[in-house]
Amino acid sequence: MPRMNMIEAINSALNVALAQSPDVTILGEDVGYFGGVFRATAGLQKRHGKTRVFDTPITECGIIGVAVGMAAYGLRPVPEIQFADYIYPALDQLVSEAARLRYRSAGEFPMPITVRSPFGGGIFGGQTHSQSPEGVFTHVAGLKTVIPSNPYDAKGLLLAAIADNDPVIFFEPKRIYNGPFDGHYDTPTVPWAKVDDATAEVPEGHYTVPLGKARVVREGGDVTLLAYGTMVHVAGTAVAESGVDGEIIDLRTLIPLDIETIKASVKKTGRCVIVHEATRTGGFGAELSALVQERCFYHLEAPVQRVTGFDTPYPHSLEWAYFPGPVRIKRALDAVMKD
Amino acid sequence: MARTKTAKSGAEIATDMHPDLAFQTFTASKDQLLEFYKQMLLIRRFEERAGQLYGLGLIGGFCHLYIGQEAVAVGLQSAITPGKDSVVTGYRDHGHMLLCGIDPKVVMAELTGRAAGISQGKGGSMHMFSVEHGFFGGHGIVGAQVSLGAGLGFAHKYKGDGGIAIAYFGDGAANQGQVYESLNMAELWKLPVIFVIENNQYAMGTAIARASSEVHLYRRGESFRVPGIQVDGMDVLAVRGASEVAIDYVRSGKGPVIMEMMTYRYRGHSMSDPAKYRSKEEVQDMREHNDPIERAKKALEAMGVGEDVLKTIDKDIRTRVSEAADFAEQSPEPDPNELYTDVLVGSY
Repeated sequence: MPRMNMIEAINSALNVALAQSPDVTILGEDVGYFGGVFRATAGLQKRHGKTRVFDTPITECGIIGVAVGMAAYGLRPVPEIQFADYIYPALDQLVSEAARLRYRSAGEFPMPITVRSPFGGGIFGGQTHSQSPEGVFTHVAGLKTVIPSNPYDAKGLLLAAIADNDPVIFFEPKRIYNGPFDGHYDTPTVPWAKVDDATAEVPEGHYTVPLGKARVVREGGDVTLLAYGTMVHVAGTAVAESGVDGEIIDLRTLIPLDIETIKASVKKTGRCVIVHEATRTGGFGAELSALVQERCFYHLEAPVQRVTGFDTPYPHSLEWAYFPGPVRIKRALDAVMKD
Repeated sequence: MARTKTAKSGAEIATDMHPDLAFQTFTASKDQLLEFYKQMLLIRRFEERAGQLYGLGLIGGFCHLYIGQEAVAVGLQSAITPGKDSVVTGYRDHGHMLLCGIDPKVVMAELTGRAAGISQGKGGSMHMFSVEHGFFGGHGIVGAQVSLGAGLGFAHKYKGDGGIAIAYFGDGAANQGQVYESLNMAELWKLPVIFVIENNQYAMGTAIARASSEVHLYRRGESFRVPGIQVDGMDVLAVRGASEVAIDYVRSGKGPVIMEMMTYRYRGHSMSDPAKYRSKEEVQDMREHNDPIERAKKALEAMGVGEDVLKTIDKDIRTRVSEAADFAEQSPEPDPNELYTDVLVGSY
């Protein structure tokens, strides 16, 4: 089985999707000739032609607007927004058009558009290259939100998203493109090729990882940790270092959410810690916390804990003070285990 | 369209421009040209040093160097009125800040993310500000500063303070929708704004013709009746000459102007860009035949400025830049408590 990093896995997924259906197109800033700033689309224009993989001007609102129109006429566009921090001009098109066309046309318009965008911090990007805006999108009815945490899932989930007839926001945790991140910023990244884990093995051809299915990354009996993207790995470090028998669940898709897997786990452990990098207030962790409380209240042994980014813009020089690393996760684990 | 080739630069500069904005190359005195030369050289040496600090890991994340484009900001900002006019730009902002009179030390210390940085280490290379110096950022979102520039112009007009706003952006940003929303409002309300398009030919890795249906960006205001001029941005005297005319036009209340500065960046878009989308020969050709600093140097030599004078200037600038780098390296990092300051006016 070939080993791929997340960029190669995403590139492979796009290559497979382009080969499978003439309706699939890829558009975005620098995605064609240049192959993408993170190289996710490298070689695709050469292989599939300029009419299917093409550069756009720097115009995020326009990119998404055009993609919505393409999708309304039956194409299956996969636009890239170069950094999630650049997505806000496109919010109008995503919220008012992509998310709503199907509903207001009583199902006449499917909206098979998959918006790929690198997100998250840990790369010293400062406030305009580090954000985790997933909560903005999970709040909008009519959008799906997908966040992979490893190469195998990245390819499988992306192929599932492209095949899906609803609009999908596909956030790629750029900190772990090349290798998983244990949360300790001073240790060098181990490349995916050297990671001893099946998730770094990626089949060449077509396969999908279904949307709406979480993955139990580590089974445990003491406490359930809910995470996605980069934070799945950071949570793993915290569990290993704390000695707590944590059950780590990688949500993989936020909407639709695999509430059954979460429920089964929390009912078993009686404790829950939610980890995300995004700001705390109104973040997706708040929704998860509410759901766990609603569905598992009588099984809870301790209040649900959230470990998140602080409610500040993403700082430049205090990145590692902001980043919810293993130390803060361990503190939350201690807190829930005390009760 | 009438186009003419300027002998020096090799860049084609349009001649079909607005008659009210006809401009000539600035005739500089020896002292004036020496000052332009020093300013351009300061930016170049500062940027070279920033590139080194980045290589050493002292600057993290994103860092966009202005090397090659120095004549644009020097020619224009030497003609504005400090303390009266406002400047706003994108993320390639270090040079514009130095020209606003901001100490190289606090700019470099912002790049290294230190508490002594001009924005206390919170902004970094792309996000720096100094209201005191009339510098309104330093914006990481491509094109977002253009609308802000229109707002700055509105405020100058509203307050009647006689100031104007200079809003810089690149050929890539010129395709953002809000640029056109801003041009329309600026002309509608006759705002004192110069929209400066620094056309360095590449939007990150995408050459201008790959992403722009109209590559003559000085014409981008036509449907809003915003006049535009195209300028050889590798010639500091051409930029200064054009800037004086544009500034007079804008300050007199006639409304905004677009200045398209034909320029070139020698380095990649950012430090992580190997710039494989263009040939080494293309860059080398520009450096050899069209470098703004070399052109000024030749003009100075023709005016009788000796090599010893130029060497002393270079030495002094290297010393200033070294001091800035030392300061930026030795200053402490911000206190973690600063994470929660200035999110809002009050604490919560």
